[in-house]
Amino acid sequence: MTEKSTITLTINGHDHAIAVEPRRTLVDAIREDCGQTGTHIGCEHGICGACTVIVDGEPVRSCLMFAVQAEGKAIRTVEGLAAGDTLHPMQQAFIDHHGLQCGFCTPGFLMLAVGVLEREPDISDDDLIDVLSSNLCRCTGYQNIIKAVRAAAAEMRK
Amino acid sequence: MTGTKQTYVGQSLPRLEDRPLLTGQGRFAADISFPGQWTMRVVRSGVAHGKILSIDVDAALALPGVHAVWTGADVAHIPPIPFRLTGLKTLEPYRQPVLAQDIVRYVGEPVAVVFAADAYVAEDAADLIDIAIEPLPAQVRATEPPGAFAEGLSTEPGVIRKGFGDIEAAFRDAHAVVSLELSVGRHSGVPMETRGAIGRYDEARDILEMHGAAKVPHWNRDTIAQMLGRERHSVQFFEGHVGGGFGIRGEIYPEDVLVCAAALTFRRPVKWIEDRREHLIAANHSRDQTHRIRAAIDAQGHILGIDNEFFHDNGAYIRTHAATVPDLAAAMLPGPYRVPAYRVAGHIRLTNKTPAGTYRAPGRYESTFVRERLLDAIAAEVGVDTVEIRRRNLIAKSAMPYTLGLETLGTHIVYDSGDYALLLDKTLAAAGWDELQTQLQARRAQGEKVGAGVAMFVEKSGLGPFDTVRVDILPDGGVDVITGVASIGQGIETVIAQICADALGVRYDTIRVIHGQTDRIDRGMGAFASRVTVMCGEATRMAANKLRDKALQHAAQLMQTGAESLDIVDGEVVRIGGGPSMPLRELARALPDGLSAEDTFESTHMVYPYGVHVAAVKVDAATGAVAIERYVIGYDIGKAVNPKLVEGQIAGGLAQGIGGAFLEEFLYDEAGEPLSVTFADYLMPTAREVPASTILITEDAPSPLNTLGLKGAGEGGANPAGAALAAAIDDALQRPGAVTRLPVTPMRLKAMTSG
Repeated sequence: MTEKSTITLTINGHDHAIAVEPRRTLVDAIREDCGQTGTHIGCEHGICGACTVIVDGEPVRSCLMFAVQAEGKAIRTVEGLAAGDTLHPMQQAFIDHHGLQCGFCTPGFLMLAVGVLEREPDISDDDLIDVLSSNLCRCTGYQNIIKAVRAAAAEMRK
Repeated sequence: MTGTKQTYVGQSLPRLEDRPLLTGQGRFAADISFPGQWTMRVVRSGVAHGKILSIDVDAALALPGVHAVWTGADVAHIPPIPFRLTGLKTLEPYRQPVLAQDIVRYVGEPVAVVFAADAYVAEDAADLIDIAIEPLPAQVRATEPPGAFAEGLSTEPGVIRKGFGDIEAAFRDAHAVVSLELSVGRHSGVPMETRGAIGRYDEARDILEMHGAAKVPHWNRDTIAQMLGRERHSVQFFEGHVGGGFGIRGEIYPEDVLVCAAALTFRRPVKWIEDRREHLIAANHSRDQTHRIRAAIDAQGHILGIDNEFFHDNGAYIRTHAATVPDLAAAMLPGPYRVPAYRVAGHIRLTNKTPAGTYRAPGRYESTFVRERLLDAIAAEVGVDTVEIRRRNLIAKSAMPYTLGLETLGTHIVYDSGDYALLLDKTLAAAGWDELQTQLQARRAQGEKVGAGVAMFVEKSGLGPFDTVRVDILPDGGVDVITGVASIGQGIETVIAQICADALGVRYDTIRVIHGQTDRIDRGMGAFASRVTVMCGEATRMAANKLRDKALQHAAQLMQTGAESLDIVDGEVVRIGGGPSMPLRELARALPDGLSAEDTFESTHMVYPYGVHVAAVKVDAATGAVAIERYVIGYDIGKAVNPKLVEGQIAGGLAQGIGGAFLEEFLYDEAGEPLSVTFADYLMPTAREVPASTILITEDAPSPLNTLGLKGAGEGGANPAGAALAAAIDDALQRPGAVTRLPVTPMRLKAMTSG
């Protein structure tokens, strides 16, 4: 299992040439090989969603994907959400609605919500809560996350 | 000029913590790396109880990239992990060694550690370590007669006994006696960030560092220094971001000691990051108590006496919390009610399960469930409604401060202030209780299983004995507040900045609150027991006031006026009534020693917030599911520094309380094999299960024990959630006393409805 192959991961528009074992997960490659530690690991079996990133427009759990499967795809992580000093509406809404406490699950929720709203800007409220129920948060009790995502959705539709 | 001075305390201001956390710039334990670091992987027992016959590490050592393997023999010289709180002498033989020595006592116990080049190699190597264990009988129920922990040591290392009043007379004179057996399942904090620790030895300075510290960095620093035989200042702990605390994170565990010992031995940075399966079998469990409680009552349902015996399943060892959880359960059980006579015996029992510690509202989630179920049963016995029975028994406002006659955490319990009946009225009004009753009755008449319940509680907070704060004016005009507390995500940087801003006269967003760094302040108590806002808040106010006085004295000289004619507004020393002003930064630069002040707040008593939860539910008899239709919380915390953050604490606590009421449970089979080892087995509430709630924060009973009247807000969202939901389910089923055990899983509820 130690034979490495050289791949290029494109994260937030930047290319990272790395050598990884075939078994290396995408999240480990993003964090350890590409140094982007904003994407977090919460369970490593695809349940908590802390590691959610956007791959070719779809939110995915980067603990359930191998790094080699992501070659040639456009990967977006939390580090790429803001435009310079200007926060993405989703980030701003999380501040405005106190949508985070410890902040560990937050990058996963941001990428999940942004990925879904870009694809489906007019998503129904019920479907939105269904989507958000796919990630776990242990601090907020979710209501402020829901409020933040609703507010950002309105902002993103403008 | 002074008329326009802004007040920060009491405002729902945005958090100072948020930006780095939202942009991927957080520094959680796993985000910290050092050049040349080794990865540590723990090899854990797969057997609940047994004798270690042999450990074969040869194959692991032969794997390329593996640097070393340690077993119990390599760390036999390191003492077991000592107690931080409530450390009874009789519990000492039951402390956990950092690696198992001869005997394993739970699935998940560290038996060996592998040090390797990276996490993948370390896991491969861990799989190659062959541990032969001869199984011994496993103890899996704390209610069964005690067995042997080791030769001459029972699995009941102690019994917590407390009480007051004439309990025999209370039962002799009783009109009736109400008896219940109730239990709360095994669940825990389960933060989203797993544990992690990085040990690093700086040979040039002879300093051992641990990164990834949390909760109580100073105590842990001092203790690990002692365990490893080092002078305390030659060990420094560094707290980064912490992905949730809840009581469980930041205590000293074997892994923290191991990374430090390994960094010293190998002179390499050693990083350990827990995986989720490990977390669920290795980090502290909590709750898991069975209570047998009796109340003596008069004909009107007034409590004459409470007699309680309970069994606390502490798992395989006694960890840092020692007797804390059962002690708090015993001491806080009487709650907001007049109890003339009380007797409790809390049996601390060891079983072959993951060891236990505190979890948000430790001992109180359990004892509130028990007490409030008891109140509901008394109501049924007497034939009055569940609100009326509470009104009859509440401690009156005029009785405050109320000396309970019990001790816990080294303090006498004295309820410092409270108007329990007023908060009950306010919360019921916010819930529309009377109208709700009418609606529920009408719906039940239509065949729906709907109902509502009420639970009340007294919390404790603000544990001393001290907190020290230093406030520095920086040359750039910023302000540093340096504290010995810690952040576990609750927003202390914002709250402490708000308090400092008001006292000093600066903008809150110019203040940086530094916490959890043992090299910045020599002592500190950390973050637990809802203590930070109360203890550190008051210390901050005192230090900031001192600094303000100092600044005004110096400014008065430089500005050739009296200090009484000056004020500080937005970081500027101004003349009251106008005229030339001077920024604090210039004043600091003008002084040879800069501008700085330190103060310490000491307190020997805790402060006691109190609350009411009202829940309305609908039970689906076909599936056993419960939908929460309305949830209202009233909580009096004396003074809310930042109401939005207080609401956040309460809403988050409620989610965890709901988890414990319906979903979360560490289950074991008869052999002590854990069955809840992934998030697919250990279910936590999602956005679907946690309802919107109405949170009413009141400030009717400021604490007389600190200047701002503060009480802690961290635990009131969780404390009575199980009790309130149980009462609502009873009402929905129209069967008083139906719920005797948490969590009420769909399977258990279905068994109740079809039984």
